[in-house]
Amino acid sequence: MTIKHHISDALLMGYAAGTLPEAFSLVIATHVSLCDDCRAQLAAYEAVGGALVEDQVAAMQDDALGTCMARLAGPAPVASPVAVRQGILPGPLAHYVGGDLSAVKWKSLGNGVRQAILPTARGSSARLLYIPAGMAVPDHSHGGLELTLVLQGAFRDAEGHYGPGDVETATEAVDHKPIAQAGADCICLAATDAPLRFHGIFPRLLQPFFRI
Amino acid sequence: MLAVRDRQDKIAFAALFRHFAPRVKGFLMKAGSDAATAEECAQDVLATLWHKAHQFDPARASVATWVFTIARNRRIDVARKDRRPEPEDVQWGPDDVPDQADLYAAAEETKRLQEALADLPEKQRQLIQRAYFGDLSHSELAEETGLPLGTIKSRIRLALDRLRNKMT
Repeated sequence: MTIKHHISDALLMGYAAGTLPEAFSLVIATHVSLCDDCRAQLAAYEAVGGALVEDQVAAMQDDALGTCMARLAGPAPVASPVAVRQGILPGPLAHYVGGDLSAVKWKSLGNGVRQAILPTARGSSARLLYIPAGMAVPDHSHGGLELTLVLQGAFRDAEGHYGPGDVETATEAVDHKPIAQAGADCICLAATDAPLRFHGIFPRLLQPFFRI
Repeated sequence: MLAVRDRQDKIAFAALFRHFAPRVKGFLMKAGSDAATAEECAQDVLATLWHKAHQFDPARASVATWVFTIARNRRIDVARKDRRPEPEDVQWGPDDVPDQADLYAAAEETKRLQEALADLPEKQRQLIQRAYFGDLSHSELAEETGLPLGTIKSRIRLALDRLRNKMT
């Protein structure tokens, strides 16, 4: 997999800091699972966090060490399960889906386009998109930031060509019309921190029903 | 840290606690916690360091960096809001490098990053601190371009070398 479009420094830093909306963290965790360049950058931004921790000091209470030592004999907390890849779904995404691609609960948006909304905290939303080869995603823009990660197939829009592993980072200024390329049907993970705005009266009427 | 990981050495743990617990507490207070919550979280973080010591990999991070990631995750758990999914795990670097050498190099690197942060212009340093303390939204962060940390660049190259040398 040759990845050409990566996660920005600012988002990698935010992910390292742990301050991003959940849906963005999911896209970044998924991309980093596929991309050693971004994994290396993430490690560097975590090292900045380490340097910042070294620079702070607030005195602990007098009995703090004793209290903590007493806890060491206790049972270790239950470890969270390690994310494991399932088919084309990298580990973190497979965890949200609850299995491989066959576990995705698709809803039709018409013309063969399907989506599945993934459970995330309010304030951001993540969804899987299935776009048949050659089809367009409805023309839309958004109030905030939208990250789109390609899992299978490819799409093209005014900004460029995006294949497996690539992430498109679209700000509100981008008014784009992604078209799935010929070949395999395109499957993407998309995340936004604001609702999408569709152009044309029909999609706009449907928006409340489809949560797109 | 290696004594804690490899021999469950409690005296070595006490030394780590004395160093890192106040720093974690200080970090969490800067990140908006009250003193009591920060104290409790710092306890949790150090207890986690003990229980997860077998996972510590000096090829991947210094002790300070590892402590930071545990504290970050604890802070997110306590907030009970946005979760932060983790990437898939990979092995860092070949197995035949002695841990002691990696640990020393990683500690040096944390020191260099501290110095690099201290050398930044005040405004830039505050910006980075605010990003890590959670006072900066991702859109604010994105507007501030160019973080002039040459040290970060060399850190990235090092991590890439390690990832490319990984035994798979």
